[in-house]
Amino acid sequence: MDYLLHILIVALIYAVFAMSLNLELGYAGLYNFGHVAFFGIGAYTSALLSLAGLPVPLGMACAMVAAGMAGALLCVPALRLTGDFFGIATLVFAEMVRLFFLNERWLTKGPMGLPGIPRPSWVGTGIAAMPMFLVLCLLLTVSVFLLVRWVAVSPFGRALKVVREDEYVAQALGKNVFSLKTRAVVAGSVLAGLAGSLWAHYITYISPGDFTLNETILVLLCVVLGGKGTNWGPVLGAFAVVFFQEALRFLPIPADLGRLIAPLQGMVYGLALILIMLQRPEGVISEYRRSRVC
Amino acid sequence: MLRVEQVTKRFGGLTAVDHITLNVGDTGITGLIGPNGSGKTTLFHMITGFYTLDRGRIYFQDRCISGRPPHTISRQGMVRTFQHTRVLPFMTAMDNLLSAAPDQAGERLCSVFFRPGRIRREEEAHRERAKEILEFVHLTPLSHQLAGRLSFGQQKLLEIGRVLMARPRMILLDEPTAGINPTLIRHLVNILRGLTARGIRIFLIEHNMPLVAEICEKVFVMDSGRLIFSGLPAEARQDARVIEAYLGREDRAA
Repeated sequence: MDYLLHILIVALIYAVFAMSLNLELGYAGLYNFGHVAFFGIGAYTSALLSLAGLPVPLGMACAMVAAGMAGALLCVPALRLTGDFFGIATLVFAEMVRLFFLNERWLTKGPMGLPGIPRPSWVGTGIAAMPMFLVLCLLLTVSVFLLVRWVAVSPFGRALKVVREDEYVAQALGKNVFSLKTRAVVAGSVLAGLAGSLWAHYITYISPGDFTLNETILVLLCVVLGGKGTNWGPVLGAFAVVFFQEALRFLPIPADLGRLIAPLQGMVYGLALILIMLQRPEGVISEYRRSRVC
Repeated sequence: MLRVEQVTKRFGGLTAVDHITLNVGDTGITGLIGPNGSGKTTLFHMITGFYTLDRGRIYFQDRCISGRPPHTISRQGMVRTFQHTRVLPFMTAMDNLLSAAPDQAGERLCSVFFRPGRIRREEEAHRERAKEILEFVHLTPLSHQLAGRLSFGQQKLLEIGRVLMARPRMILLDEPTAGINPTLIRHLVNILRGLTARGIRIFLIEHNMPLVAEICEKVFVMDSGRLIFSGLPAEARQDARVIEAYLGREDRAA
């Protein structure tokens, strides 16, 4: 039972994370390969502040602000680039952030990580806190879902799609492409920061090893598998990926093969991404479903 | 309305546009013609802000627009189409038009959250206008179709509809009739005449000479980056330099 709660909580956190990436990837068409950086910045900000004695909700709010500011900072150089080059810049940014966590020991304790991150006082501690934490995650996921959907159907969401479809047309129609992309990245980063801080307060221990390229690929897989540019896609993708990952634990694999399985997992995700891109690039839920009928 | 003064663009050693000065006054339809590679599209890119200028100035409605980014020029009322039709393929025809509506409050995030009523009213108004425009370009039955699924000619019409949606004062069309059939050309001509009747000024690049002679009140002819003629279309056909630019000089042909 507790195990099921655990999976659900992780899936919900990943759903928030995936929805935040979807804002950039699905709507604005920005291939951000460093999205984990904002997840990490959110996690560390919230963890450090609450370890310093700040109330958890305040720490989470600060995490969102910090991640949003980092997103704005990244935009200044990275959005001068387009397409693949933007992807590479974000990839490098995420690596810089990870190395910062690893090396600035005075702040982050480096590879030792930060243990004992408190949970919000009202959810309790230890195993007993799980049901309430699930409720917290559920509330936040639903709010984020409604928020993202509200933005996506607004003229702002439509303008992002114009930028995704054709930047030159967007400019010719009077859209400030740089500003629209920046706002998408900042909004995505803020929500990724929220997901990261939820993660930190749930797991209660974080270290730089939690925020590697693997995490970016995983969340990318959630979005692409579920259906980018749709509201339900990232949520569906997050649940599918997390449940698949947990189901692997029950495979009857001999113990001495275990060390081979971990690297294999990454290969399976990579392969899954390639296959989806080739066979069904729009994901399980297609953005264009309705228009196909008529 | 539009004045171009001493405008120059170089790409490395090639001077694509060489000290061009022209004045598109309050003429209904003005044509820009010239052989391939004479710098017409480059000039359009410069007027609309997509290329920077190496020299010269451009004025639109007596305001200097050279050096400004494309989106601000577009917001001042000068909207363009592209040489190769560029619809937004994975958006519906309706959304293609709606996204072109100028100055939308709903594109600012704070009004999305705090002024939903105003945005709903705006959207309804835009939707009504988009329906009228779809009617005007005869695309009403396809309004919910993805733009990428429309035929080439329909995409051309949609692109012109989208330009209209932006409430322009002047539109720049880069080869509007390229690759479409004669029936559609007639249809397009009617649309363009309808626009001038509404007071919208049109500046277009065109290769179809009989069409230019028919619809343009004034033409500019470019060759190798230079302006070689400006005046009435009928005169252009008699002009020695224009004939030379298109057909080559006699001694060279021999």
